[in-house]
Amino acid sequence: MKFSDQLEARFAEMISHYPTKRSLLVPFLLYIQDELGYLTQEAIDEMGVRCEITSLEVKNVISYYSMLRTKPAGKYNVQVCTNICCLLRGGEEMLEHVKNRLGVTVNKGISQDGVFSVEEVECIGACSWAPAMQVNYDFHENLDENKIDQILADYRAKV
Amino acid sequence: MATLVSHPDEVKIVTSRFGKGAANIDRYIELDGYKAVKKALEMGADAIIQEMKTSNLRGRGGAGFPTGMKWSFVPKESAKPKYVLCNGDESEPGTCKDRLIFEHDPHAVIEGAMIAAIAVGAHKVYIYVRGEYRVLLEIVQKAIAEAYAKGFCGKNIFGSGYDLDVYWHGGAGAYEVGEESALMESLEGKRGIPRIRPPFPAVVGLWGGPTVINNAETLASVPHIILMGGQKYADVGVPRNGGTRLFCLSGHVAKPGVYELPLGYNLKKLIYEVAGGIPKGHKLKAVVPGGSSVPCLTADEVDIALDFDSMMKAGTFLGSGGVIVLDDHTCIVKFALRTIKFYRHESCGWCIPCREGTDWLDKTLTRFHNGGGVAKDIDNMKYLADNMLGRTFCPLGDAAAMPIQGFVKKFRAEFEAHLDGRPCPFAEHPAISALPVLSH
Repeated sequence: MKFSDQLEARFAEMISHYPTKRSLLVPFLLYIQDELGYLTQEAIDEMGVRCEITSLEVKNVISYYSMLRTKPAGKYNVQVCTNICCLLRGGEEMLEHVKNRLGVTVNKGISQDGVFSVEEVECIGACSWAPAMQVNYDFHENLDENKIDQILADYRAKV
Repeated sequence: MATLVSHPDEVKIVTSRFGKGAANIDRYIELDGYKAVKKALEMGADAIIQEMKTSNLRGRGGAGFPTGMKWSFVPKESAKPKYVLCNGDESEPGTCKDRLIFEHDPHAVIEGAMIAAIAVGAHKVYIYVRGEYRVLLEIVQKAIAEAYAKGFCGKNIFGSGYDLDVYWHGGAGAYEVGEESALMESLEGKRGIPRIRPPFPAVVGLWGGPTVINNAETLASVPHIILMGGQKYADVGVPRNGGTRLFCLSGHVAKPGVYELPLGYNLKKLIYEVAGGIPKGHKLKAVVPGGSSVPCLTADEVDIALDFDSMMKAGTFLGSGGVIVLDDHTCIVKFALRTIKFYRHESCGWCIPCREGTDWLDKTLTRFHNGGGVAKDIDNMKYLADNMLGRTFCPLGDAAAMPIQGFVKKFRAEFEAHLDGRPCPFAEHPAISALPVLSH
């Protein structure tokens, strides 16, 4: 597959940082995913060729990392933390609220309009500002139900 | 971004530039930035390592290994290139300090890593930032670019003849990668499966070369130590525990946040005075004092000094600086269950005691909390945890076992209160179906 100009520039920069080709694999897969929405078979094959490893080995790496996915997510992936510090301050209730608001019933499910997906995640490093979630890479902290409604409305307005 | 807190008892060293715009290199230079690395170049490797030893700085990632000693293990001569690797894969539940360091003072991490490189004779530095911290990684990327633009990195830094390259690297979501050998695997583009040691990274590390791996907070402390002097830094803390530490207060406290306090600060004071005590008129039940992997302390055990040695004497660890406070309305069984769910999810499956142990503990605690527990389960959980401890390649198995051992030992009565189909005394009703009993 052909990478976008932006990805090609990123690849050229990163490959020069390491003594081995495959070293850029983990962060670079995430950059591909940011553009494509998920890691397609074509992208996996392309990375295999570029890193001089098999596609199977690329998949082997992908399956280890929680953030890498081989299936689509919503345009905005809402990742609600329910780990211990968030749990103590209502993380599970926040997750339920997000799911109800977006009509998503299963973990990693996508809303009917395809705009949002909801994922229960492990600690995102927002323990002192719990409960917290990330929408794509943006942190949203000290959450309550009203705040979540506002955040989701703001993202919906961006579509 | 995350809000900053402050308290009069704080001694601001690592956090001294927080909120002052120091992510910008010109501002960082105004605030004494890049002075330490120049001084380090004049001092030379041996003097830097001696200064670090004098400072009594111990690794802030959790293990508390003396930093100066770690650096001294790197062989002077090496056929393969040497590396410095900054561990910014902050993932320990309860810990959110490196995030603030990257946001407010990324150049301090870069400068600290450069000094480490000069001390061990490395010419390449990698700063690994966890995948979830993309916004922080972008701050680090910008900071590195600024340092190159000023000529602080690259060839012949500060006219010393020393070449030093600094690179960034990102993760993609894996707690285990915070373990040093898994971190190196991840940087080499592989699954983060830990390596067996020896050989230790200081001898055989990244791409087979000698490698120093330090936590971001450890490295951010280094420029301050070089500028203020190791002895002055050591004097801030208590014997064998130099300096300050960023304590991340979370859970049931009135003023959660990240506070920088001298090592040896009293935990009780930290909870009741610095963090404003327990809200809603509730009482303290337990504290997990060093991130999710350490055994808890009960309310009667919190009058204790927060340093590596005192905590170990009390049967727990200072760990990563994540202080998680639980009030008396918290169900310990539920808390233990959520803790083990995390470790089960993060276990890579390489070592059987960890893979099976976390899975069975999760299954048992799920059923137990759901009202399907039998008396034998309590000892079974202890048995499972006891048999995970010390029997895995990396400390993830220990990290999963130790909190469970602590909860079962210190809160046995609360486990018993869940027995015989009785509902959770804290009215927690998990919607999870009953799972099989391990053994009767």
